[in-house]
Amino acid sequence: MGAGTLMGMTRIDKNPDSGARSAVSVRGLVKHYGETKALDGVDLDVREGTVLGVLGPNGAGKTTLVRILSTLITPDAGQATVAGYNVLTQPRQLRRVIGLTGQYASVDEKLPGWENLYMIGRLLDLPRKDARRRADELLERFSLTEAAKRPASTYSGGMRRRLDLAASMIGHPSVLYLDEPTTGLDPRTRNEVWKEVKRMVADGATVLLTTQYMEEAEQLASELTVIDRGKVIASGRIDELKARVGGRTLRIRPVDPLELRPLASLFDELGLTGLAASVVDTETGTVLVPILSDEQLTAVVGAVTARGITIGSISTELPSLDEVFLSLTGHKASAPQDAAPTRAYEEVSA
Amino acid sequence: MSTAVAEAPLAAKGDPRISPRAHARHIGALVRRNLLWIRQDPESMFDAVLMPVIFTLLFVYVFGGSIGQSLGGGQDRYVQYVVPGLMAMTAMNIATAVGTGFNEDFQKGVMDRFRTLPIGQGSVLFAKIVVELMRMLVATTILMIVGVLVGFDITNWPGLFASVGLSVLFGSSLMWIFLVLGVTMKNAQSVQAMGFLVLMPLQFGSSIFSPTRTMPGWLQNFTDYNPLSALADTTRGLMVGGPVTHSLWVTLAWTAGLTLVMAPIAIHKFRTKS
Repeated sequence: MGAGTLMGMTRIDKNPDSGARSAVSVRGLVKHYGETKALDGVDLDVREGTVLGVLGPNGAGKTTLVRILSTLITPDAGQATVAGYNVLTQPRQLRRVIGLTGQYASVDEKLPGWENLYMIGRLLDLPRKDARRRADELLERFSLTEAAKRPASTYSGGMRRRLDLAASMIGHPSVLYLDEPTTGLDPRTRNEVWKEVKRMVADGATVLLTTQYMEEAEQLASELTVIDRGKVIASGRIDELKARVGGRTLRIRPVDPLELRPLASLFDELGLTGLAASVVDTETGTVLVPILSDEQLTAVVGAVTARGITIGSISTELPSLDEVFLSLTGHKASAPQDAAPTRAYEEVSA
Repeated sequence: MSTAVAEAPLAAKGDPRISPRAHARHIGALVRRNLLWIRQDPESMFDAVLMPVIFTLLFVYVFGGSIGQSLGGGQDRYVQYVVPGLMAMTAMNIATAVGTGFNEDFQKGVMDRFRTLPIGQGSVLFAKIVVELMRMLVATTILMIVGVLVGFDITNWPGLFASVGLSVLFGSSLMWIFLVLGVTMKNAQSVQAMGFLVLMPLQFGSSIFSPTRTMPGWLQNFTDYNPLSALADTTRGLMVGGPVTHSLWVTLAWTAGLTLVMAPIAIHKFRTKS
């Protein structure tokens, strides 16, 4: 594979969703609580069969948005439709096609896992036999069969969250809201939840995911809407957002480590780099070249080829979502900083 | 971004109406939930089981002798007087508990789940009432057993059943008040305190435990309008004899009035609680 592929993969699609239908469509949504503007004119769309990440710090309005879209509260102004149903005028039809998993597990803790799922099956009008079968099936799928008869209060945090996800899946919802599905979970449990969400998406569900974890948005969502203080401050594909915020970094590893410094000085001499000078990272045996455009990228790769230097690997790195948020809002996201820095490479071996 | 909107799915799915059978199914599923709770936590039945026992024994043996005398008899006479009254009291007591239980329930996320399901928004409340009515029947049965043990004479079985039916009916209308409190108040303790404040004057300022004719005039005015007096007079009339018609109508009027006013409020508060 050559540079052409690299270009292709890093190309930013300006209009990725032309013609696709929205499963969730929100226009000018406003919700005030006294002086607090929980939502202050939010527009967003979730295309059918995709995951939209709604990213924002605590108090940005994410949960208010989900509560409006699941008919728990009514907006002060604006419009929203889910699967074609209006949240204000068709709440009952809408409830039939959605699933909700909140930040706080919405299962009945006093009931055993199986009874929770059976009850919801019956409330969704499944005949007794089907409700029983569906409960068995989902417990199996979410690895809860062993705990089926125990009250949910005895479950671990991760088990409870999985039961909650299972409960949201009973009616085969076409649109799923996941409101901070992994907040408060340890990394291992978080990975379990992610795995299940990915599976639901693979099965064709449309998902609106709110999160304050950059890593989570990157793991699960294809598109992102960043909200802060009730307003959308950016939206688009994740890589597109990152590209908008800052340039990329090209990382080249020559096969011969002795070529590192000559390479770096070559780029600087040619004036091919972006605003900053290139950096040699001896630990990984790579040269980091800041670039601003695809043309620059092409020129750099061309220069390396012209010199006859053999490249071991070449990749471009996008800025992390933490950096994205900082430059979009001017302040840091309030997410805990324990998450590993996000990585998004498109790596190509020469 | 695209503004095209997906068309609504299947017409059948789009029908917003809920059939009576579906309502019954939903309420059934929620009743099952509440019954499983009781199995999980049998202590929650203590009030229904023990209260009738304690009250009957207390009133019959503490006040029975002296009030019985003023009734022109003895303790036996008082047993005939107080047991039908205690039936009214039981209905009230159990009705109070619904508010506390419901408020606790509301603190949990599962309510959000119920409110995002395509079920009638009153179903959750109706299920609660059905379960409380069952508890009321248990309490009333125990009351009658203890009553008979301390000497109550069941002379009129149809009257007894009619009394149970009327108490339960009236109790269900009271529950709507406590459901409103349960939905609107911040925590279960406040609901309990509020319930107690309502409960005490209504219970004791009534003809449940003693005849009202020795009470001062202003209090008699209160007891005359107190629905619990009407209920107690009716159950007494039905079970041991005496005038029934007037108090029966008053009880039924209260039942209908409370239900018609409080049920819509409770359902509305439930639906719009954020």
